[in-house]
Amino acid sequence: MPPFVVEFAYVVSGFLFVLGLKRLSSPVTAPQGNAMAAGAMLLAVVATLLDQQIISYGTLAAGLVAGTVIGALLARLVRMTAMPQLVAVFNGFGGGASALVAAAELLREGGANPGAAEAGAAAVGILVGTVTFSGSAVAFGKLQDLLTQRPVTFPLQKLVSGLIFLALLAGAVMMILGEVGPEMLLAMGGLAFLLGILLVIPIGGADMPVVVSLLNSYSGLAASAAGFVLGNPLLILAGALVGAAGLILTQLMCRAMNRSLANVAFGAFGGGGTVAAGDDGERVVRRTGAEEVAMLLGYASRVVIVPGYGLAVAQAQHEVKKLTGLLRSRGVEVVFAIHPVAGRMPGHMNVLLAEADVSYELLLDLDDANGAMERTDVAVVVGANDVVNPEARKPDSAIAGMPIVDVDRAANVVVIKRSLSPGFAGIDNPLFYLDRTLMFFSDAREAISDLAREVKEL
Amino acid sequence: MGVWILGLYVFVLSMMVGFELIRKVPPTLHTPLMSGANAISGITLVGALLVVGEGGGRLTVILGTAAVVFATINVVGGFLVTHRMLSMFRKQD
Repeated sequence: MPPFVVEFAYVVSGFLFVLGLKRLSSPVTAPQGNAMAAGAMLLAVVATLLDQQIISYGTLAAGLVAGTVIGALLARLVRMTAMPQLVAVFNGFGGGASALVAAAELLREGGANPGAAEAGAAAVGILVGTVTFSGSAVAFGKLQDLLTQRPVTFPLQKLVSGLIFLALLAGAVMMILGEVGPEMLLAMGGLAFLLGILLVIPIGGADMPVVVSLLNSYSGLAASAAGFVLGNPLLILAGALVGAAGLILTQLMCRAMNRSLANVAFGAFGGGGTVAAGDDGERVVRRTGAEEVAMLLGYASRVVIVPGYGLAVAQAQHEVKKLTGLLRSRGVEVVFAIHPVAGRMPGHMNVLLAEADVSYELLLDLDDANGAMERTDVAVVVGANDVVNPEARKPDSAIAGMPIVDVDRAANVVVIKRSLSPGFAGIDNPLFYLDRTLMFFSDAREAISDLAREVKEL
Repeated sequence: MGVWILGLYVFVLSMMVGFELIRKVPPTLHTPLMSGANAISGITLVGALLVVGEGGGRLTVILGTAAVVFATINVVGGFLVTHRMLSMFRKQD
């Protein structure tokens, strides 16, 4: 096939990527958008395989088949509740691949000086791609509970990370000066691998939405860098699109916590743990059980459910759906208030509830939910804590300025929670001690299914 | 004008397109968008195919083949799981 046909196919593919991404940004057109992007990828891969420069097909076929089988199995078999981990894994593989491509291309040229620009791009590709790989691996470990979700810090951590970064910069300069042997590339990869671990390990579970979207951005930037190494505009284009998308999500997540990216990356939130004791006056909670809450819900006219990570852990989404159905059949208006950083990845709660067949039109974002909170009879908090903590309104709090779901403005609040333990930020939640708050101490799944049973008997 | 500068144009303009496209995405789509975008970043598969396909030393072929496997996992898994997620989103209750 003549080269210009391949090049032209790349142009069409790039066009379809842009169009696909655009369609992915509205619920109605999103499935189409995904199919379009997948089609663009297929077109690019087929065109590449027909490229006359390609001489060895054997290993390619083996690699493609192996990757397809593994990818398809993971995508089909992994449970929806494990989605954050899975996204992290795919991300890591993408970043790792870009680092390998950059390195392999330099090695293919057999140590000949590749020129400053190409070597510099390769250094960036190896650095960003490998950081994505090892960082995603750590994120996976944390999300899968193989590693602790608490921030892991040790003395001089920032100094060590800083020194490694400086060493990587020095390595990049050496590469640009023509030092591109296998040993050099291995050293760069090894240091970047360490850096990725060091960057993610001090970040706690509740900050995972930021990490996951930032790594997503990195995997795109790494692909772009690989594109510069190969002089391939399609890689540059697609990688940049993903890089931009990831950065926007990262920014949204940071804003949802009223924290800067630097603060998330280096703050080790909740690590130091200054528990605000505050006014230690009469701190009584009002305990409740399924029967009382069922009465409250069954005769309410408007109920807002605020899901959090605890809902995902308890896998209570199907029970929630059932309870929602029962209440709605009694004429109760039930909606969900979704905080942008509830859960472990951007949009985590939405996916979880979608799995249980809850209509996305019932899921309100922060502004809409808060706007209607005054006319809400009962706000039910399921496995959420920091995102409903009124402490955030106090300027001296550790979570000061973080936008919250204003459940304390509803007529009644029911908090379903296993214990009084503070949330991830390690600060107490005054919401639990309000007069209008009822504490329902239980596992989320059990509590909701008890509630459903009681509501049915009303 | 060098290939490099053209590449830089593509990069900068694509970033801007990406920013504009994603700016107004509703929270419901954050996860599918992320996972779909993630699959797109598997475009590095094209690079991996070119590197291995053009042949080279043993080390190149080993690294390149590993890249092909990694990127294919990213692409196939990413698009499939995005599809799986999107097909769960329903309007009706």
